[in-house]
Amino acid sequence: MKKIISFVLAVCLVLGCCGVFASAKGEKVTLYVYNWGQYIAEGDDDSMDIIAAFEEAYPNIKVKYSTYDSNESMYAKLSNGGITVDVIIPSDYMVGRMRQEGMLLELNYDNIPNAQYIDESFRNTSYDPENKYSVPYTWGTVGIIYNTKYVDEADVTGWELLWNEKYADKILMFDNSRDAFGIAQYLLGYDINTTDEAELQACADKLAEQKGVVQQYVMDQIFDAMENEEAWIAPYYAGDYLTMVEENEDLAFYRPDHQGFNVFIDAMCIPSCCQEKEAAELFINFLCDPEISAANMDFIGYSVPASESKQYMDEDVVNDPVAYPDAEELRNASSFDYLPEDVSRYMESLFMSVRNG
Amino acid sequence: MKRTNRFITILIFIFLYIPMAVLVVASFNTGKNITHFDGFTLQQYVKLFKDDGLLELLRNSLVVSILASLIATAFGTVAAIGINGLNPKLRKAAMSLTNIPMTNPDIVTGVSLSLLFVFVGSKLLGQRNSLTFWTLLIAHVTFNLPYVILNIMPKLKQMDESLTDAALDLGCTHVQAFFKVTIHEIMPGIISGAIMAFTMSLDDFVISYFVTGLDFVTLPVEIYSYTKKPIQPKIYAMFTLLFLLIFVLMVISNVIQLMGDKKRQVARGK
Amino acid sequence: MKKNNAVLLSTPYLIWMVLFTLIPLGVVVYYALTDPATGVFSLVNLRQLGMYLPVLWTSIVYSLVSALVCLILGYPVAYFIAHCGQTAQKFLYMLVMLPMCMSFLLRTLAWVGLLNDQGIINNLLVAFFDWLRSLGGVFAGIPEDFGRLTLIRTPGAVVLGMVYNYLPYMILPLYTTIVKIDHRLIEAAEDLGCNGVQTFRRVILPLSMPGILSGITMVFVPAVSTFYISQKMGSSNTVLIGDVIERQFKQGNNPNLGAALSIVLMILVFVCTGIMNRFGGDEEGSVMV
Repeated sequence: MKKIISFVLAVCLVLGCCGVFASAKGEKVTLYVYNWGQYIAEGDDDSMDIIAAFEEAYPNIKVKYSTYDSNESMYAKLSNGGITVDVIIPSDYMVGRMRQEGMLLELNYDNIPNAQYIDESFRNTSYDPENKYSVPYTWGTVGIIYNTKYVDEADVTGWELLWNEKYADKILMFDNSRDAFGIAQYLLGYDINTTDEAELQACADKLAEQKGVVQQYVMDQIFDAMENEEAWIAPYYAGDYLTMVEENEDLAFYRPDHQGFNVFIDAMCIPSCCQEKEAAELFINFLCDPEISAANMDFIGYSVPASESKQYMDEDVVNDPVAYPDAEELRNASSFDYLPEDVSRYMESLFMSVRNG
Repeated sequence: MKRTNRFITILIFIFLYIPMAVLVVASFNTGKNITHFDGFTLQQYVKLFKDDGLLELLRNSLVVSILASLIATAFGTVAAIGINGLNPKLRKAAMSLTNIPMTNPDIVTGVSLSLLFVFVGSKLLGQRNSLTFWTLLIAHVTFNLPYVILNIMPKLKQMDESLTDAALDLGCTHVQAFFKVTIHEIMPGIISGAIMAFTMSLDDFVISYFVTGLDFVTLPVEIYSYTKKPIQPKIYAMFTLLFLLIFVLMVISNVIQLMGDKKRQVARGK
Repeated sequence: MKKNNAVLLSTPYLIWMVLFTLIPLGVVVYYALTDPATGVFSLVNLRQLGMYLPVLWTSIVYSLVSALVCLILGYPVAYFIAHCGQTAQKFLYMLVMLPMCMSFLLRTLAWVGLLNDQGIINNLLVAFFDWLRSLGGVFAGIPEDFGRLTLIRTPGAVVLGMVYNYLPYMILPLYTTIVKIDHRLIEAAEDLGCNGVQTFRRVILPLSMPGILSGITMVFVPAVSTFYISQKMGSSNTVLIGDVIERQFKQGNNPNLGAALSIVLMILVFVCTGIMNRFGGDEEGSVMV
């Protein structure tokens, strides 16, 4: 009996080890891609499997794909050290922060010819003035998603909907400091890039006041909660609303344009811990290919920063005002800028105390 | 009294198994919502076996837990024999050391090991990638060792020392005496220690969560990140298969033990 | 065995344990005493700890309540199993062990599915009252959507999550002590005129004390440090110390404060287990699962 057990164990061990080291033997490059959850077409619901397509186009590169749920958690993972990543897709203000802190590598555009398709309006942005470190992946806006079955249209007047006690315990809130503070800043009429400690403290107080009506602080769990009607009101990104509304027709999207709302760009970057820079650039280039990016955007629902791609996309998506609001609606929109490190830290610690208090 | 106890026991078992039943049922659901059963399908199982990513995670988990439990068992057996031979004062110190990871909350063990690996790897050695397969393995061996030792120590105490002495008198070397006598006497402890180490390792989430980087991730850690996204029902299919596998393994090991007990009883009867 | 051999055999293990349990704790202390922004020595993290005392207190209350509930529920089960036949004992023991081997994350998620406002239990309740209404008569007055309960995101749900996850840790040590109780002692008590309750109070309960204490410790320690259960089953206001630590590391980008909180948690647990051992007398690795 013991012999059988030890034999079985030995076989398992040998097989296991073979498994571990077999992948190391081939001359394959492993590319670590670290992206937001639900942020690339993976072949579900008849979409294109972008990563498989990339591996097919470059057979000597194997992609290891992992996800994070907010800029802040990605930043924490990278800055605490100890990991290797080749491609990341942070939002504008985080690109600026990481650039300032020397956490990004300069891109070699010889390997990224498809960057030429990026529209002029997404170049030379304030977070990366010379486009040295980042290539835009998507852009989008933040608004409130609500369920028309339960929420009275008369109450949908602005960001204060998220504080409405009538819907206590049915409201979700952002679980990351910058987006959450942004909402408080729009509501209180502050500049969203303020560095004033008193203003930030006032925002924190406003967020703490909201805590009584908030069901949970979430990021991507919002999909299930809103689709199942477990929650009725939540602030989130326009592109994800388009995904949710396919599952639940009662959901509606609202941007409080009189108070202002956030418009963001998420951009592909190569962090300084990268070990396969060339492969990383090939991957970025692949995602910028108009046809590939069109297939990708059709699935994830975010807005594309390269007009060239639009010709390959679904008409309905391209003409959807949720994804592509007109200039009139965008007049009060503003984007997050890089904050000095001590302000970022201060805001994070305030948000932690809101969450933990 | 006995009847109420039986009633409570049945209720508790229902309580323990209802969530698992929910997951098993959900694995056959055509819809993706766990709360509505829309219809029966085996589609999730097909998807599961097409998903190389999930299967790789399962393999990663098995590799780490098998290696860690084997290393911890071998290492722990030797250490337990050594500790048993120490003088009482040293033995007490060694046992307190063994008890630290047992009493420490998992989250503290995880945090402390990850800070150590990052501190040594990134700050002292200047590595880019300090959270790898090897650091994960070290962490698992570390929290497995106490289980092995605490399972073996009682058996060593029960063991009749004169048996070893007899073997030595009959011309065995220390090593031979160990393999011919000691190891047989403490075998039940070794086996239960190894099994416990293996299951602890396979199901560990908290410590691994803090110690893994991105290149080698185990199944429980990835399941956690799955629970932060819209959940994919193929996870339920994997749960169901693992449940069946562990159930069968447990039944088999129980039956084997029972047969062994019976044999022993028969032998004693003679 | 010769003393030299013993030292030789145990030294590698002791070195390993010092390297990977004591030194990491030292690193935690080092992090706790440095400033997150500048990396120089500072007491800034320790000064912030006072803010987290309420959180610590909530964690202790939740996990003590859970441990007590586990004891009340677990004792009859352990007692029942210990008095079954050999084969049944083995089988039931296995059934208690089995949930411990399955992903607790998914099992907790299943509870969320059961308890949600739109969850399985609530759907069943609503369906039941709908059916009653369809019967007409007295029941016709039942309003639409009647019967929904607020189950999830309550303190009760958090306790339920903890009890569900850690109940086996209570049952197993209880079972191992109860099964060892010499039956002759119980018979003697009965012969001397004790009734059932008296026998239980004067003989069985004192003899199962080691199991009770180790069960309480084994439930309390993981419960007080959990972060997943409170995140999934609790409301935005149930914050436990484990949540705070996890968030400082994974989101808040402040491992230094996280380290300081870990030390507090560790001291708390050592004090609690110390008290338990005090009550239970000094037994080396007394009851193993």
